[in-house]
Amino acid sequence: MRAQTDQQKTEDSKHLTMLTNRSKQVSNKEMTLAERMYLPAILGGLAITIRHFFMKKATIQYPEVKRYLGPVFRGHHVLKRDEQGRERCTACGLCAVACPAEAISMVAAERKKGEETLYREEKYAAVYEINMLRCIFCGLCEEACPKQAVYLRHDRMVPVVTSRDGVIYGKDKLVEKLDDRYVRNNPDVKATPTEPTLSRSVA
Amino acid sequence: MVDNQVQLVKVTVDGIEVEVEPGTTILQAARKIGPEVAPPAMCYYEPLKGSGGKCRACLVRVAAGSAKDPRPMPKLVASCITPVQDGMVVENFSNPAVLEARKGIVEFLLINHPLDCPVCDQAGECDLQNFAFEHGAVQTRYEEERRTFEKTDIGPFIQLHMTRCILCYRCVYTADQITEKRVHGVLNRGDASEIGTYIEKAIDNDFSGNVIDVCPVGALTDKTYRFKNRVWFSKPVDAHRDCPTCSGKVSLWYRGSEVIRVTARKNEWNEVKEFICNTCRFDKKDTADWVIEGPTKISRASVISANKYPKNLTVSSFGARLAAAEYKPINDERDTSQLGIQQLPPERFAKTLPSAKE
Repeated sequence: MRAQTDQQKTEDSKHLTMLTNRSKQVSNKEMTLAERMYLPAILGGLAITIRHFFMKKATIQYPEVKRYLGPVFRGHHVLKRDEQGRERCTACGLCAVACPAEAISMVAAERKKGEETLYREEKYAAVYEINMLRCIFCGLCEEACPKQAVYLRHDRMVPVVTSRDGVIYGKDKLVEKLDDRYVRNNPDVKATPTEPTLSRSVA
Repeated sequence: MVDNQVQLVKVTVDGIEVEVEPGTTILQAARKIGPEVAPPAMCYYEPLKGSGGKCRACLVRVAAGSAKDPRPMPKLVASCITPVQDGMVVENFSNPAVLEARKGIVEFLLINHPLDCPVCDQAGECDLQNFAFEHGAVQTRYEEERRTFEKTDIGPFIQLHMTRCILCYRCVYTADQITEKRVHGVLNRGDASEIGTYIEKAIDNDFSGNVIDVCPVGALTDKTYRFKNRVWFSKPVDAHRDCPTCSGKVSLWYRGSEVIRVTARKNEWNEVKEFICNTCRFDKKDTADWVIEGPTKISRASVISANKYPKNLTVSSFGARLAAAEYKPINDERDTSQLGIQQLPPERFAKTLPSAKE
């Protein structure tokens, strides 16, 4: 009976070997003298440790040092201005309807006479809020925007939140500062029918 | 004995047969079958007499004129003004030439229409938007200057954007038929024609607000609702009140607990069921003024129902239509010669899995 099970086992292992070709037979051969002394192995391990002292470090000193996030990183939202410094957003609400987390809300207002230098269209967003606790940084708002007004910066992250105050970002935090313009060149993006004259590469 | 019964005529639209009374137009016959074969309409409006025949959006091909004379009609016909004949065979969505012609119609309608949907209050419930989305080409070929107009003020309640007008004449018919004294019409001819109030007189008729509901585009919009909210963020609710001048049956559009707009109720063809008066439309924007009946039924395909999930949720037909149009049988043939190596003989399973034995 036992002999039969043994035979089965060897058959099994044969099958396993055939399946993956990675299984190894365990050997129970005797250790050599050098191996039994342990010291050479300890010295060998120590040598590896010492070698690592002089190698390039894998870690960086965050937050003093930051890594490059890549050109497609989706970070801090920005409400773009056009070349003349006017706000591009026209409060059409497409970003809010596209947002899967329902993080965006806005209130529209009509541009008055004399405000043509501030807002590009006859309607603008008087209030534009993004709830950063809700935002999942998927970038669908950026994709939905017909006016190329909302972008997720590739070079800046939303700072860490330690309290719930001020996590709803208003226009004061979102609108692009004139002395801190955000530029992203994307030759793949073609002009849309509503923006026939402007490409996304705003210098 | 004289048979007083009206002899019904048989019409076939896209392969579906329907019996209608003589004198019915092709469009009405198709609508009787259902929205899957009904041609789109931009200028035709059933409650308004004489409307239709202007925008050419409803062009169809008549493959057989009648049972007596089964020759096809030489050109595409406007279905909203062509009466049916017995044995008529109509091709609408089933004919690629019709769809191609409609693509051209969209292009023509959009020649002078500004692309300011992000600004326009009509966006989301705009007939032209829906028409272009369903039948139009993806890109514009038009590069010339678009027609622009000086802004005219036509009163405190109605906002006129002449640049968005597609000259469907619906508002003119409304003013003609619903109101007693018409003070606005179409001025000039051809390319220069425009909707205008005669000598810029304010429309002060009690039913003048209906031109807002009738307008298929954003040319005539509610001034009291201007830029208040996007259509798809507001929630429509059916309500009524005792009104001495009109039926008082309306839709209230809510933002939170605030009524931001009052419109007439519309049927599935986006046509007003009953015209409402200006008092109901512009002055009664308080929930206390109304008896609320329940939420307005909005088609799932409409952007108005975006992000709202009611109990009676119906799925838009778009996905099914796309799947039907692009259906390909799955090619399930693959190279099974390799499978023999990977697969283990069935008795092997019996050995490794003791549970399989029992």
